[in-house]
Amino acid sequence: MRRVGRRVLITGLDSFWGGRMAQALESDPEVEMILGMGTREPTVPLERTEFVKADQTYSILSRIVAATQVDTIVHTFLVVDSTRVSSRALHEINVIGTMNLLAAAGQSGSPVRQVVVKSSTLVYGSASTDPTWFREEMPRTSPARTRVERSLLEVEGFVRDFAEDNPATVVSVLRFANVLGTDIVTPISTNLSRPICPAIAGYDPLLQFVEEDDVVRCLEHVTRQRIPGLYNVAGAGKLPWSEVTAICGTRLLPISPAGTHVAAIPLVRLGLIEFPPELESLLRYGRGVDTTRIGKTGFSCRYTTAGAVENFIRAVRLRRSVGDAPPSYTYSQDVEQFFRHSPAVVRSEG
Amino acid sequence: MTAGKEATQREQRAALVPLPRSDDMPSPGQRLSDVDEWGRSEHTRTIARRIFAPLYNNWFRVEWEGLEKIPKTGGALLVANHAGAIPSDAPTIMHGIEVERGRPVYGMADFFFREVPWLGTAWARVGGVPAHPDNALRLLRDQGQLALVFPEGTKGPSKTYADRYRLRRFGRGGFVEIAMRAGVPVIPIAVVGAEESMPIVFRIPALAKLIGVPYFPVTANMLLFGPLGLAMYFPAKFKLRVLDPVSFNVPSGQERYSKSRVMEEAEKIRINMQETIYEMLRERRSVWFG
Repeated sequence: MRRVGRRVLITGLDSFWGGRMAQALESDPEVEMILGMGTREPTVPLERTEFVKADQTYSILSRIVAATQVDTIVHTFLVVDSTRVSSRALHEINVIGTMNLLAAAGQSGSPVRQVVVKSSTLVYGSASTDPTWFREEMPRTSPARTRVERSLLEVEGFVRDFAEDNPATVVSVLRFANVLGTDIVTPISTNLSRPICPAIAGYDPLLQFVEEDDVVRCLEHVTRQRIPGLYNVAGAGKLPWSEVTAICGTRLLPISPAGTHVAAIPLVRLGLIEFPPELESLLRYGRGVDTTRIGKTGFSCRYTTAGAVENFIRAVRLRRSVGDAPPSYTYSQDVEQFFRHSPAVVRSEG
Repeated sequence: MTAGKEATQREQRAALVPLPRSDDMPSPGQRLSDVDEWGRSEHTRTIARRIFAPLYNNWFRVEWEGLEKIPKTGGALLVANHAGAIPSDAPTIMHGIEVERGRPVYGMADFFFREVPWLGTAWARVGGVPAHPDNALRLLRDQGQLALVFPEGTKGPSKTYADRYRLRRFGRGGFVEIAMRAGVPVIPIAVVGAEESMPIVFRIPALAKLIGVPYFPVTANMLLFGPLGLAMYFPAKFKLRVLDPVSFNVPSGQERYSKSRVMEEAEKIRINMQETIYEMLRERRSVWFG
């Protein structure tokens, strides 16, 4: 019996997670076709993933879905780092982008059978009234004040509605804890790799981290096994911020517990620290999520929280000694087209 | 010894050469502190015990009765009466059980504690946990720990000296519901002595509102010693009596329990504790010598 392979669409192919996810799926023989959308060219070498350039809100997505008959959409293109983009772009990418994506996936006669969304534990926020561990069904205890958190909550609301309206479609939402890893750059990783690192005086919150490879492995896991539902993903254990910084060998720079935001402005302007509003509340109260549910699906993170921190700082140390690896790959439309479609290239079947 | 050396050498090589990762290589990571998932640190706790021991032994001269009723293993919810402007009963109970029963006690306290810089962190390191029902459930059911709650909440320590040893309302009986859900017994503890260690003469509600604290007490200690009184307890004799554990004959793990049953059990425990406190006061000859 010949099984028809899966046809997968990945959003944000040019972003860190989209590229990683495409690479991971390429080695899966069950995946027949991978299509990546991005606003810029991909930054990682890809064997057989097709690339379509699109604007960030994916207005052409419904045409693409109908034309390519993709059965799975992996939505990795959600911005969780507010220091990277303007508030306008953040709204466009997260809210409008997801809306268009779900509209395309839910149109009548849609071939889409699974939607995977990469969300963040930012949706729980961080407040003094929080439980020590959030389970998936627990609501946040404080109103969302930052743009990223509000947009992610809106996105998850869309996804919930979509799942309700399309009971035949497998909808998987993964909420990842703060990511650390060899390659990814976040405000936290930037702070940790510098000689001084912000902390709020008098607070030493407990944090969870997940390693970047575990993020990709988990996305792959739910995609391959078609696992529906909402899941928290984080490395085992929690570390106090003082210990995280100690492992990374950086010195704490305590910021006043009152008027923290104002006190941090000059430090941010001077480029000493990165201090988005999400980090401010996190460095006050921390956050913990319960990962029992994803564990029951047969997934476990390879790195604990402490392991992720250690692995991260080892990579930083290596980079300090030998410098950044030169970009080993640049996308060129002609070259990629040649390797994928030219009759001159010998392609092994199966 | 060679195995360890080999492992480190392998690790060093791995840091230089990007080897492909294999599935059976979990990375637990190295810890530099012993802070657990609740924020408690046994190391800090040891220091706290060393500091509190003279106060416990020589100042309050704490005496326990029925300590054997606190189990050596398994979860149990300890409830006690709460008194004194800055309550000295919480550290006394935690210290006593840790020293004499060899078990950690997690003290559940108001969220307000977490918001106070330094104090909140210190409280977490010595075993304080925010009083969220889910936290209590995890400690009791999943981890089989001892958790200590004061069902009176801030109504206990904020009462003035005139109301001493009169138990306040036990909230909405949430502690009973949690014990039912977790399937663990409630162990009531009656404390005598805390009231006199830092009695409140009167309160200034306007000042409390202004600085954002639950209550602002003016204590006898403050009137005598000025600001120093904030850290100066009177040497009242502490007596603690552990009451019989109360088990509820209900299936554990339910989402909701009959409110009337919960309130009834909470009230029963409250009356029992109140009676025991009165009994202990009847037996007490002196506030300072017991």
